[in-house]
Amino acid sequence: MNLHEYQSKQVFAAYGIPVPTGRVAATPEEAVAAAEALGGSLWVVKAQVHAGGRGKAGGVKLARDKAAVHAAAKAMLGTRLATIQTGPEGLPVDTVYVETGSAIEREIYLSLTLNREKGQIAMIGSAAGGMDIEEVAAHTPEKITTVNIHPAAGLQPHQCRRMAFALGFTGAQIGEFQKIAMALYRLVMDKDAALVEVNPLIVTKDGSLVALDAKINIDANAVFRQPELAKMRDTAQEDPMELKASEHDLNYVSLDGDIACMVNGAGLAMATMDLIKLHGGSPANFLDVGGGATAERVTAAFNLILSNPKVKAILVNIFGGIVRCDLIAEGVIIAVKNVGVKVPVVVRLEGTNAEKAREMLAASGLEVTAAADLTDAAQKAVAAAR
Amino acid sequence: MSILVDKNTRVICQGFTGKQGTFHSEQCIAYGTQVVGGVTPGRGGDQHLGRPVFDTVDDAVRATGANASMIYVPASYAADAILEAADAGVELVVCITEGIPVNDMVRVKAALVGTGVKLIGPNCPGVITPGECKIGIMPGFIHKPGCIGIVSRSGTLTYETVFQTTNNGLGQSTCVGIGGDPVRGLNFVEVLELFQNDPKTEGIIMVGEIGGSDEEAGAEFIKQHVTKPVVAYIAGVTAPPGKRMGHAGAVIAGGKGTAADKFRALEAAGVRTVKSPAELGAAMSEQLRGRR
Repeated sequence: MNLHEYQSKQVFAAYGIPVPTGRVAATPEEAVAAAEALGGSLWVVKAQVHAGGRGKAGGVKLARDKAAVHAAAKAMLGTRLATIQTGPEGLPVDTVYVETGSAIEREIYLSLTLNREKGQIAMIGSAAGGMDIEEVAAHTPEKITTVNIHPAAGLQPHQCRRMAFALGFTGAQIGEFQKIAMALYRLVMDKDAALVEVNPLIVTKDGSLVALDAKINIDANAVFRQPELAKMRDTAQEDPMELKASEHDLNYVSLDGDIACMVNGAGLAMATMDLIKLHGGSPANFLDVGGGATAERVTAAFNLILSNPKVKAILVNIFGGIVRCDLIAEGVIIAVKNVGVKVPVVVRLEGTNAEKAREMLAASGLEVTAAADLTDAAQKAVAAAR
Repeated sequence: MSILVDKNTRVICQGFTGKQGTFHSEQCIAYGTQVVGGVTPGRGGDQHLGRPVFDTVDDAVRATGANASMIYVPASYAADAILEAADAGVELVVCITEGIPVNDMVRVKAALVGTGVKLIGPNCPGVITPGECKIGIMPGFIHKPGCIGIVSRSGTLTYETVFQTTNNGLGQSTCVGIGGDPVRGLNFVEVLELFQNDPKTEGIIMVGEIGGSDEEAGAEFIKQHVTKPVVAYIAGVTAPPGKRMGHAGAVIAGGKGTAADKFRALEAAGVRTVKSPAELGAAMSEQLRGRR
């Protein structure tokens, strides 16, 4: 679960991490009022969307007077901002964050996230801040410093010092950096953050450190024990189809193609998408109906995939283990009848009670194509979508 | 021979009296697994499915001599359950539970170092040695005792692989579902080593997916140490970057962990890869024919 920048900065501030003062605004008038309340003569108006790359996409504007604040907010609010991370459709800008402008001496990259190889949280830093860190990692990996944090010991002062020196800090900055790093690690532990990213962490003209941007992503498996953060969820930033799917406990990801898939198990669902591609088609979605697929769930899944107008064919691929294929077949029959499926449906059922399931589908009188195996299923679905 | 579990494995179930624990314990008992008891705090002294229930894993181990545990407790208590089993001296802990917070697993992984405990999972189908011992949620009837070792990050893809190797007559020595989470117990490397050293295993099928670099580590290990034929498939060629594909571990992050990277690493290690999971069984047959 992603937080907005302004929400992340509230959390940062609660941990004593220095952030610029700022206010949220939902209208240009509120943005001007925010600038007035903040005072000063330089403000930054930032579109609040769950994506990076806002600056290059026009989602971050400097303003030197109130009229410019108004104009920047007006240009952003109510639009969709497409950045390098959002895809062409972009994300809705419902709020902007108005901040006091900072005098930047240099920019640093800092983040904490899981190092999967170690099974430990890692702190990652680079003096090449403000840039796309993936670019830095790809072309100049020597500019990145990583420290792995043992969960029993926690982040150690020597690790902070090592990072501080690598980032070019001197004097009082080293202690200042250590305080920020320690606070970020505490935040990761307390709040179950899967990612905390400060890009950039700036050194101001007067030499102090400030988190100019803030990104927090909460581990989806841990949201249940973070009720305060769960309230910050902004569903307007999420894919509407994926949101609807999550209400039915379905795992769904939208894709660009025209063959909808309904599969049990994440691995088999990915494999089914790959098979469609391998046989010349293009998958419309990833959909895992899970291990406990029932007739209701299958119906909900059909409703969901049919709400995508691009879908030209449906491929149902179930390997019944604990799930019985006859129950799935029943769900498919009910769904096709009730939902009024207008596109060809190819069904491949294997495993527990598969024979009975095939008989039920054949006897249903519905236009459902039975597939003999994985390859046959993919080929038939691709042919049906043409 | 086989790896990890056999007919002598004595299994307890944590979360024994819950809905999942009850259903799957019944299935395991029906398969012939020696389920010797279970644990539900507060239910000690009861009988369930004709087996004794204990308050703690420690009590259960003392009374039954159990050396393996299967865990079905809810995600918020699962890390504690794993460590309770480890503390009680259980050698093999199989955690089926999905949705455990990553920070919990980071702590569990660190706490298990040096204990000698083998953890399988979490978020996995479990482990089975066909005809001898099934610990987990896999459908027993599709398996057949045989010579192929299967290791996989995905449940239903494991079943596909099992089904194919049963149908073509090869059968399985042991199948290990290592799970779909980013931080887990046994990984490809450890399981590959066990299969390499198991005389009954003649060939190994490895099923990976996008995310992380565990398949690459497996490929490196194969290059150095594995002399048996290995066939591999990676799911997620069509998965877009940055999207979690069901499993918490299946996400292409920072341009790393793509299926293409993994296929390349495996091919460089001399592994026979297939682009379709439907071809795993046939490819294994071919590899073995070449050797026999």
